[in-house]
Amino acid sequence: MGRLTRRTVLAAIPGAMSLAALPAYSKKKYDTGASDSEIRIGHTNPYSGPASTYGVIGKTEAAFFNMINEQGGINGRKIRFISYDDAYSPPKTVEQVRKLVESDGVLLLFNMLGTPTNTAIHKYVNQKKIPHLFIASGATKWGDPKNFAWSMGWQPNYQSEGQIYAAYIMQNYPNAKIAVLYQNDDYGKDYVKGLKDGLGDKARSMVVSEAPYETTDPTVDSQIVTLKASGADLFFNVTTPKFAAQAIKKLAEIGWKPVHILNSVSNSVGGVLKAAGLENAKDILSAHYLKDPTDPAWKDDAGYKQWSAFMDAHFPDGDRTSSFTVYGYTVAQALASVLQRCGGDLTRDNVMKQAASIKDLELPMLLPGIKANTSPTDYFPLSQLRMQRFTGERWKLFGPIITGAVQS
Amino acid sequence: MTFPARAVTAVAVVAALPAPLLVSSFVTFQLTLVMVYGLAILGLNLLTGFNGQFSLGHGAFYGLGAYAAAVLIDRWEVPYFCTLPVAGALCFAVGFLFGMPALRLQGIYLALATFALAAAMPQILKFSPLEPLTGGVQGIVIAKPDPPLWLPLDADQWLYYFTLAVLLLMCAGAANLVRSRTGRAIMAIRDDPIAAAAMGINTALYKTLTFGVSALYTGVAGALGAIAVQFVAPDSFTFLLSISLLVGLVIGGVGSIPGSLVGGAFVLFVPNVAEAVSTGLAGAIYGAIMLLVIFVMPTGAAGFARIALARLATARHNRVKS
Repeated sequence: MGRLTRRTVLAAIPGAMSLAALPAYSKKKYDTGASDSEIRIGHTNPYSGPASTYGVIGKTEAAFFNMINEQGGINGRKIRFISYDDAYSPPKTVEQVRKLVESDGVLLLFNMLGTPTNTAIHKYVNQKKIPHLFIASGATKWGDPKNFAWSMGWQPNYQSEGQIYAAYIMQNYPNAKIAVLYQNDDYGKDYVKGLKDGLGDKARSMVVSEAPYETTDPTVDSQIVTLKASGADLFFNVTTPKFAAQAIKKLAEIGWKPVHILNSVSNSVGGVLKAAGLENAKDILSAHYLKDPTDPAWKDDAGYKQWSAFMDAHFPDGDRTSSFTVYGYTVAQALASVLQRCGGDLTRDNVMKQAASIKDLELPMLLPGIKANTSPTDYFPLSQLRMQRFTGERWKLFGPIITGAVQS
Repeated sequence: MTFPARAVTAVAVVAALPAPLLVSSFVTFQLTLVMVYGLAILGLNLLTGFNGQFSLGHGAFYGLGAYAAAVLIDRWEVPYFCTLPVAGALCFAVGFLFGMPALRLQGIYLALATFALAAAMPQILKFSPLEPLTGGVQGIVIAKPDPPLWLPLDADQWLYYFTLAVLLLMCAGAANLVRSRTGRAIMAIRDDPIAAAAMGINTALYKTLTFGVSALYTGVAGALGAIAVQFVAPDSFTFLLSISLLVGLVIGGVGSIPGSLVGGAFVLFVPNVAEAVSTGLAGAIYGAIMLLVIFVMPTGAAGFARIALARLATARHNRVKS
């Protein structure tokens, strides 16, 4: 802050008058990590180690903020995006986050990846009152504003997705006999809970068989055989990519042809369906919220073109077929919008306030009609998905947008 | 201990005492982790450096110690300082039992067997029948220990001093052990197992005991690490941790107690340095630094210091003579 002289006061008058119309901009208030020229954002991501494929997300976000800075920043402030490698190891996340908060002095933490890694710092950031925004994990615990007012999720959580499938089943297969295969951990259980909550009173009669598997199991063959024997005619497949491919293959092998709903975790064409055999995967149902960059239907879409131009100009090395670049681009835009609305009041309180009052935010790579919404009691920005059916070549969207709002 | 070694130790301890009062709480936390990793590497050093048995599985003992502490604090509200002896005893027992079949294995075969232990650890921790205890993939969040009321310290500083005290105690124990009759027997087995047996040393007993003591040290380090990080999860204890401990061992100096701490510092700080140079090439730079260090100090930091001190002494000796 310069000295206050008559000249600076006079010079400030026209500016102050124009700002008077926008009360949010009239007062500049800063917490650590924000100033007239800069906003510091902290981030961790696995760039090395077993989960390093997710590193693309962090690189996309860095490229996005570079673009923002080239265009003059947000409300005239440049973004300093500080991203560290945590190798998906919780102790390393704790170390890096403490570095970001205590040494680099970031205003907020953004889109840190992983359930165990974020769990490790959950308490710490809430004690320190650091905004912990748009966490890159589908666990339901990131939407608990009552107990953890500083942590907020981003993508539709697993329970929401389970509810969306339940809504679809109730509408289209109200008499289905449902068999569930799920991974025996919090991720799998979240999905099953969502499904059962969505089915409500009918859950008990409709779900005829449930088979858990452990990630240590070599195959899920025996579970599939058990589920088939239950006489079910609808199969809810809550598995991670490797097991999803096994399950799809096994279904074809034993000639079981139920209505097949596959969780979005494993709906990658390249990673899962190809391995299972595309012909075996025909007619599988799933849900999604982002535009698939490989789908020719978006060729002339304005949002797709915007993303494509960004990729060309600012992230030419990025994988254009990967959903991760779409994901990183979209979530970074959401943060930019929150910071935009903060105006000159870049306090941690206000960042949280703005993040918890997102209203019908539409972003270029979200499916048309899907909007981000939050409130002080709703910390799940995205809770809508659209159903899609696999044609044998690619996913084809159908039906309306379905909302599965899980409040915790 | 020779005079210069003793002097260096005294200087290091004196320097360590005021450190947390001078640096930020984040750096204090990092220094605490350096000591934790140093202690874990010391455990590995007892086994590999002094007894000549390889282990690629010490990450598993570290994880076991960490979980022992976390479960005791979380389920039974045991005070944090009481968890260390329990974690140590548990790891000693498991290490001793694992050491028995490992007797049949030598060198790289033992390394492979211990590697299996490290690879299995995260999956065992996720195993559903154990979930009521371990919290499954969710892990366990534990509260940070408060400093005693009569001390004007914050939680990070207190934890630093607590860790320092445990470290000094255990270093003294290790130093005494290797200088004792038992220690000479342990090293004799490393140098020539047949000759050692011929001298009447019960090699099987000493080897399994060393395995147990080594696991004890690493387990106590794991418990301290869990208290410092305040969280344990299966993904914290993958086989990469075992590799890191081995790297720290070699960099610090095989068969050196102070070298273990240098190894701890390397394991914690050098990946950060590598990342600061280039995020994309962090792995390659880490590798390059590692190669460089091994090239310059082929016997690790401890060997390097020993040579440097010897040169200094010779130079002084020559100067006095002339």
